[in-house]
Amino acid sequence: MHIARELFIRILAGAAVLWAAASLAFAVLQLFPSDPVQVIYGADSSVTPELRAAIRADFGLDQPVLVQYQRFVTRIAQGDLGISYQQRRTVASIIGSEIGSTLTLASLAVLAAVAMAFLASLLTAGRPGLLRRALSSFELLSVSTPVLWVGILLLTFFSFQWQLFPVVADAGWRSLVLPVATLSIAVFGSLSQVMREEMDRALEQPFILTARTRGLSEWAIRWKHALGHALIPAITISTETFGGLLAGSIVTEQVFGRPGLGRITLEAITNHDIPVVMGIVLFVAFVFVALNILADLLYRLVDPRLRVSSR
Amino acid sequence: MNPSSSELIDPAAKSPARPLSAWRRIPIGVVLATFVVAFLVLCALFPTLIAPKDPYQLSLLHSLRAPSPEFPFGTDQLGRDIFSRVVHGASYSLSIGIGATLIAVTVGLLVGLIAGSAGGAVDLAFMRIIDVLLAFPALFMSMAVVALIGKGSMNVLLAIAIAEIPRYARIVRSQVLVVRQSGYVEAALILGQRRSVTLIKHVLPNTIGPLIVLSTLGIGSAILSSAALSYLGLGPKPPTPEWGLMLAEGQGYLRKAWWIGVFPGIFATLTVVSTTILGRYLKALSDGRA
Repeated sequence: MHIARELFIRILAGAAVLWAAASLAFAVLQLFPSDPVQVIYGADSSVTPELRAAIRADFGLDQPVLVQYQRFVTRIAQGDLGISYQQRRTVASIIGSEIGSTLTLASLAVLAAVAMAFLASLLTAGRPGLLRRALSSFELLSVSTPVLWVGILLLTFFSFQWQLFPVVADAGWRSLVLPVATLSIAVFGSLSQVMREEMDRALEQPFILTARTRGLSEWAIRWKHALGHALIPAITISTETFGGLLAGSIVTEQVFGRPGLGRITLEAITNHDIPVVMGIVLFVAFVFVALNILADLLYRLVDPRLRVSSR
Repeated sequence: MNPSSSELIDPAAKSPARPLSAWRRIPIGVVLATFVVAFLVLCALFPTLIAPKDPYQLSLLHSLRAPSPEFPFGTDQLGRDIFSRVVHGASYSLSIGIGATLIAVTVGLLVGLIAGSAGGAVDLAFMRIIDVLLAFPALFMSMAVVALIGKGSMNVLLAIAIAEIPRYARIVRSQVLVVRQSGYVEAALILGQRRSVTLIKHVLPNTIGPLIVLSTLGIGSAILSSAALSYLGLGPKPPTPEWGLMLAEGQGYLRKAWWIGVFPGIFATLTVVSTTILGRYLKALSDGRA
């Protein structure tokens, strides 16, 4: 029962953050008003005042600010993110048609990065040496190299010079290899740094000494006892690197010409299609809040100590 | 800690061997990073000294030339000297990186100081707003800001700064809370010093130290953001020799000319790696780990 109650409180708090985010977005839009007529017709001066008024009324822009705000919050709460100025489709359907591509890229990249970071921690935690120094240099490079440049390098050499992978984005799994590699290299660095640090700390704990005296092999100790401890910061950092992952996806999609969240965001920014920009911003905030709640649940799964203390 | 007081406490600090051994203990990576940063600053301040060729000079006769003694980094699709463009590009990346961080740190410091020292409802309100802002990923927020205020170098600088403010504000605020609890602030208040004076004389200087260290690390991530935003076409317009923009413009020619995609990226990476190494070293120093 306790877990259900805590979850309920967390969801309520998450909803409050989202409401505040939506209100903030609304306030910002009042400060920087955008004109749908301008976006749809450009500088075309033949738009009659009647047509202009009709279009503005269509988007509810003729209403007083308070009414607009009330409608805005009501429809956001119902999952309605509004209608694009440019495409005359709902923002939700625009996001829905592109999100699959981003999700595939991002989840594969996270899986690859977590697997690499696990391996790196297993091999090098608590062991000073050449391999560890090489890996930490690679981690430094990974967090300091522009994602777009990693993508361009991979594209230049693996696609153009050696022609190992296709340049086009729609050639099955082979066209996913380089984008996933690009994004996972970017995520790997920060993940691996934190995980190894945590495993270093775990290996100094008394229970490891106990396991050693029981005659467990070095690998068994690392695999069974220390790895679990590395999982906890991995969950934290995964939610924290969500921002990096999202930014990385946008850039990676652009480098490899893939469809996805990046493409629609850039299109919307270039066309001043503000409802789409705001819709995506709110959608991203929603995903972030949801991930944080999920991470809280995962902590309990991974760390038995939390389950005990919550009773 | 200031040096004169440490000498009073620790007589060993006066021994002549100490500065020498301290100098020796600086890791080689930090020394190299310092040289790289010095070189980049030189590139940003006096680009023509290092690369005398005009970065805007078109020459279709020389387009897509491979690196050679005449063009050390080759030429791009329009025959411009890439070495010259990359060297001139240092000023854009450095000024956006440093400028955005300065603005973010200053505003973050103000907000954090107000929230941390006012406490109560003001603190609560500020922190909730910051929590909400932190729900938006930084680069994403910068993109949204650019969508509202428009493209261009100055706007990118502002957009990056705005996205970083909440992070600094949160750090300053927690630092202020720690300093406020400390003995010397309590002593100052008991001695009858006014709160505002205490804030400026004691809280501010003890908050700024960690902030400077963190902002060194922040410069690197600001430069990464600016390269990404420029690459996405939200930053300066062509033919500006900005690194991210150069990579975007040259992407169509990578099949014939790998050097277009390589050298701007090397400079960007070197910049961020060096500032990150220096930032981490400063952080280790201030934590007493080095």
